[in-house]
Amino acid sequence: MSTIDDGIQEHAHSYHHGGPSAGKEDHGPWKHIIGFVISLLFTALALWMVVAHIAHASMLFAVILALAIAQAFVQLFFFMHISESHAPQWPFHVWMLTLGLLFTITVIVGSIWIMSFGTESY
Amino acid sequence: MLYNVENFASHFFVLGDPLIYGADVSIVLVSLAIVFVLTYYKKWGWLWREWLTTVDHKKIGIMYMIAALLMLFRGGVDAILMRTQLIMPNMPFLKAQHYNEIFTTHGTIMILFMAMPFIFAMMNIAVPLQIGARDVAFPYLNAISFWLFFFAAMLLNLSFVIGGSPDAGWTSYAPLAGLTFDKGPGENYYLLALQITGIGSMATGINFFVTIMKMRAPGMTLMRMPLFTWSILAACIIIIFAFPPLTAALTLLLMDRLAGAHFFTIFDGGNPMMYVNMFWMWGHPEVYIVVLPAFGVFSEVVATFSKKRTFGYASMVASLIAIAVISFFTWVHHFFTMGAGPGVNSFFAVATMIIAIPTGVKVFNWLFTMYQGRIRTKLPMLWAIAFIPNFAIGGASGVMLAVAPADYQFHNSYFLVAHFHQVLIGGVVFGMLAGMYYWWPKMFGFMLNERLGRIAFWFFNIGFYVCFLPQYWLGWMGMTRRIYTYLPGMGWTFWNIISTFGAYLMGVGFVFIVLQILYSIRYGERDLTGDPWDGRTLEWSLPSPVPHYNFARIPEVTGRDAWWTMKEAKQKGEMQPELEPLKPIHMPNDSGRPFILSVLFFIFGFGMVFTWYPMAAVAFIGILLSLILRSFEYDTDHTLSVDEIRRTEAAYGRV
Ligand code: HEM
Ligand SMILES: [Cu+2]
Repeated sequence: MSTIDDGIQEHAHSYHHGGPSAGKEDHGPWKHIIGFVISLLFTALALWMVVAHIAHASMLFAVILALAIAQAFVQLFFFMHISESHAPQWPFHVWMLTLGLLFTITVIVGSIWIMSFGTESY
Repeated sequence: MLYNVENFASHFFVLGDPLIYGADVSIVLVSLAIVFVLTYYKKWGWLWREWLTTVDHKKIGIMYMIAALLMLFRGGVDAILMRTQLIMPNMPFLKAQHYNEIFTTHGTIMILFMAMPFIFAMMNIAVPLQIGARDVAFPYLNAISFWLFFFAAMLLNLSFVIGGSPDAGWTSYAPLAGLTFDKGPGENYYLLALQITGIGSMATGINFFVTIMKMRAPGMTLMRMPLFTWSILAACIIIIFAFPPLTAALTLLLMDRLAGAHFFTIFDGGNPMMYVNMFWMWGHPEVYIVVLPAFGVFSEVVATFSKKRTFGYASMVASLIAIAVISFFTWVHHFFTMGAGPGVNSFFAVATMIIAIPTGVKVFNWLFTMYQGRIRTKLPMLWAIAFIPNFAIGGASGVMLAVAPADYQFHNSYFLVAHFHQVLIGGVVFGMLAGMYYWWPKMFGFMLNERLGRIAFWFFNIGFYVCFLPQYWLGWMGMTRRIYTYLPGMGWTFWNIISTFGAYLMGVGFVFIVLQILYSIRYGERDLTGDPWDGRTLEWSLPSPVPHYNFARIPEVTGRDAWWTMKEAKQKGEMQPELEPLKPIHMPNDSGRPFILSVLFFIFGFGMVFTWYPMAAVAFIGILLSLILRSFEYDTDHTLSVDEIRRTEAAYGRV
């Protein structure tokens, strides 16, 4: 883990680059804006499809799920710069991503398991 | 016309209750007094420049602490009112509706607007100093977090006099909190206040995670970090992953209430238990968000006041991380009685019991740290020692609750109430008070009076057991939580009288804490050394109160307990490393925008509570505008010259 002796320098730098992990490449805010717009579109699309009942429930579930997963990837690539990690930090990135994945799966699978109570036979 | 106004006013303002009129009067009087004092002493500019616009983590920490103490007072008054109502059967003191509102605001305020800001206070004050940093990673964001919390707290408190308080419990379960059963604006207040403060908490979690990961002084490896900083790192990980489910749950419930959705309704395909499920996905981790920092404080205090390094440092770190991760696998223990089937209940029961293991490891480590140490029972240590038996009992009752079949008996009885007060007061409140006493000289440069503090300690501590131990009994006797009255002849009267008496003792304890602070502001001994407790970590290497750039020179860390290592080296007469010449320091600028942004959030929230959409829309546009303006702001920092630093250091007698 690299340590930074003058942290304020580090974050002052980050003011102009969107975050401490922004690294050397300077791509301006466009990536964030595009990611933001895509996220809004995906959300609006999901809402509209359900409100307008454009398909059967099971079909809607599948599409919403797909949109949700797609949006998770948008977050990872457009906001969290998952493709830009540089060497000294990599073990932490991998740890945090693993943890995030673990908790996400717990939340989703756990909820389905818990909430399907009464449908199991015992 | 006149009738319309009257009709509106009688719904808008809460009328007809003497307690609330009292609150109205006191709010107006206090506000007038504040305005008068500030104007009379010409302090408006000072307030704005020094506090409202500051991005200094130490000042933000102090503001968090003051806010937390104020909220502790408000929540405490709620508690006293409830206990007074329950002292005897058939008490005519509070009506059912009023009682519901009081236990709801009590719980909500204590968890979200007392415990949370108190831990944020301690982490703001101590973490950057402990790791040898000059501020947090994102100081401007830090100010936003504080002001969002502050105005969210104001929004929730406003409900008491305008519109009516929320009344569906701090958990706000659907369907009770849904539109069908709860028309009033109270629940809207709850939902919006929690969302707004939630944004702030999330930002704080990220901010301190980055700070700890990226801004440590050279030589401070992860395994050399003070345990308090470790506990904050663990808490931040939990914050980052636990708040999203809460945000989602509250948003969906708000959509049910305001937009006619049916996520958690009983009919039309909704599922109220899904709210409960999502709430506790946050709710259980949340209890560890607030208790881990308390553990961190105890680790610092126990080591310092035993004059020993912490026993089992590595196992302390491992158990913090283990608790943080396992805390995400236990949430169902809050609704075993939903009846999700033996598979689900067994899994979550076992996961819950497993948490007790790392917790036990920590308790033994504290005991071993004290063992054969030179213990000084100063105030922080007193609270730390008192915490241990408390948490042992609270943990034991927790494991009893974790036994799913037994929980069908305990659930929602006074046994549960006793359990969580034991861990939340005995753990979190004791921990934060210990932290407050410990870092007070660092914050303000003077010591708090020991004598008054000891009186407060004994009142509070004895009062605590007198208040809550009888509640275990009451739970076994079948007294359920959230009831506003009971009949004579239940056999509950005696224990309720005792319990209420204990609550009064705790109230007296709180009064003594206030007296202690007021007395010490006037007569407190000054801390001239900067190291009044003979501390071990870097914050004690600085003068008190700490200059706003913290470290004139960033320290070089060579071992765990960095400051202790330095002191030892000096004592042994080892070669001191040559002092580097001072360098200019880069500091972030103060800004008024976090304050203004949060006022806009407050207006937005208020508009949404009453579904006055034009008002909400205008505020929302204002929020967007301030965010955009910030994006185009380039003049965000300044440089302190070597001269300025030298002058400040000289004023502290350190050159
Ligand atoms: C050994 C550790 C612990 C265990 C095994 C444990 C277990 C439990 C269980 C099983 C319940 C649910 C009981 C029911 O609703 O019937 C519960 C409730 C609760 N616990 Fe704990 N607990 C532990 C530590 C803590 C800590 C450290 C805190 C807070 C700092 C805490 C705060 C709470 C709260 C607030 C509730 C009740 C929430 C409500 O229903 O309003 N617990 N605990
Ligand atoms: Cu829990």
